Amino acid sequence: MNQESLGQIFINACLVNNFVLAYFLGICPFLGVSGKLGTATKMGGAVMFVMLISSMCAYGIHALLVAVDAEFLQLISYIVVIASTVQLVEMFIKKMSPTLFKALGIFLPLITTNCAILGLALFQTNKGYDFIQSIVYALGAGAGFTLALVLIAGFREQLEYAEVPKVIRGTILTLVIAGILSLTFMGFSGLGTQ
Amino acid sequence: MSTGTNHTETKSTDEFIKGLWNENPVFVQVLGMCPVLAVSNTAENALAMGLATAFVLLMSNTLVSLLRNFIPKEVRIASFILIIATFVTITDYAIQAISVDLHKSLGAFISLIVVNCLILSRAEAFASKNTLGKSMMDALGMGLGFLFALFCLGAVREILGNGTFFGLALFPDTFQEWIVMILPAGGFFTLALWLLIFNLIKQRKEATA
Amino acid sequence: MSKEAVKPTSNSFIMLRAMVGIGILCGFLIVVAYEGTLPRVQRLKAEALEAAIFKVIPGITQTKTFMWDGESFVPAKEGDDPRVYAGFDDSGELIGVAIEASGQGYADIIRILYGYDPQKQQIIGFYVLESKETPGLGDKIEKDESFLDNFIAMDVSLTDAGAIANPIVPVKSGAKQNDWEVDGITGATISSRAIGNILAESTALWMPRIFNHTSAFNVEM
Repeated sequence: MNQESLGQIFINACLVNNFVLAYFLGICPFLGVSGKLGTATKMGGAVMFVMLISSMCAYGIHALLVAVDAEFLQLISYIVVIASTVQLVEMFIKKMSPTLFKALGIFLPLITTNCAILGLALFQTNKGYDFIQSIVYALGAGAGFTLALVLIAGFREQLEYAEVPKVIRGTILTLVIAGILSLTFMGFSGLGTQ
Repeated sequence: MSTGTNHTETKSTDEFIKGLWNENPVFVQVLGMCPVLAVSNTAENALAMGLATAFVLLMSNTLVSLLRNFIPKEVRIASFILIIATFVTITDYAIQAISVDLHKSLGAFISLIVVNCLILSRAEAFASKNTLGKSMMDALGMGLGFLFALFCLGAVREILGNGTFFGLALFPDTFQEWIVMILPAGGFFTLALWLLIFNLIKQRKEATA
Repeated sequence: MSKEAVKPTSNSFIMLRAMVGIGILCGFLIVVAYEGTLPRVQRLKAEALEAAIFKVIPGITQTKTFMWDGESFVPAKEGDDPRVYAGFDDSGELIGVAIEASGQGYADIIRILYGYDPQKQQIIGFYVLESKETPGLGDKIEKDESFLDNFIAMDVSLTDAGAIANPIVPVKSGAKQNDWEVDGITGATISSRAIGNILAESTALWMPRIFNHTSAFNVEM
């Protein structure tokens, strides 16, 4: 149903319609963990990983729900499956690779309630992507999320040393930076067309 | 003496008032940011989204409070999410039945009410521990507080960005719209502005106190 | 010993009871809401589409939906794809066919509907079904009158070989000289060019099909 090329999907999800800066998805962790560059990178990695898995799951569930003609259960099954998959993945990583778990571990539960994950699943269904397209879409969205997070974290680390009035420290300052970044990212629009 | 009854009554209205102002979910607790920014580009969208969220909040708080002795602690989060997702799905269909255009402009963000941290946190922190009446009051207060905040953002963005309010033109034709306000960037800026106002008020209060 | 064995079972029984109970309750509520709103939702959606079809094929009073089955057009049933919408006047005469098309715009996918008159071999109407183009700039493709004028009589006539004689090309604002060119919009260059490209691609596919099978639309339903 949808014939976008894979490159187009990736660029669209990553730059043009960046999940954080254009769709405002995943703002909560965005405001929370964007203080330090190191944590931001790890969080980004974890989100990308979960996005990839939940994107595949969402594709499967959607196909199943269409087959049994029960699309009205879409939302409820997405959220349940995503939450339980994250839990499973968490346990699996804990067993298989303690080092990876240490790096990602604390972020995984946080991610379950990240709107970017559910948003991804819903958008890919709305757009009618096939399996490969969904995976590329998830990768692009994850990369875009990481990019936005890392950029903001970089700015915030620098601003630690700037003399900013006390009232606007913290959330307000982050929001203004995000706004400017969002404007900057608008320059990427049109990349998807010839 | 009627102090006893008076006391409980003020209590229950307190739950209502706190959500509106002192613990406003958006301006003070900074919760549920995604829908706040995404669909606040016009006053109408903001109002619809605020009403939908308030409805889901009220219904899920009610049900959670009713079932609070029935749900074991171990599976409470899963149960809450199930309940919330149910009401969000219902709201989604209700909005579709009201207006296709409205549903189109709110898009996937109705479904994303599920992951609005505000709703889950009220269910977990309040409704699962309090009586039905108090939980409903809490939900109403928080819901209206959320609606109020969304409306503040939506109104500012629509007036400046489009020169209209609820679709009615406010300015003469010579008015140059601040297009940036309807763009995503405008959402960030407007929210930052409102937070600044709230912080300033709070600071002044603390200074005089 | 026996105490320890009993405790977890009763505990997990309570958990199971709670989850299943809530699951059933939620499922019931969702189904009720879905069934309750379905007729109205479907009617509203059909009305919105119908209104769009009436807009792109002026002068019609009724529409019918057809599906391309690979060789010709057959009346479409629910969910059939790809489909087109034929518009008729009072006397049942075919006036035009509305076709849906989509493609990459400036910000996201743009979905449009356009009307084709097989007799005049022209595009006679155009409507944006869905776009997320920049408000104030890119969304001029929906409102800008001189841009919409492009699509009142746009030439898509076919050669004898059955291909489009002059494929639709987007040109710079004000540079339009021929009926098959799409005059761009200043400030919305990419969006208006995207529309041109979407149309070029869609017309190359659909015009020969429709032009050669107009009789297929004259069926009683």
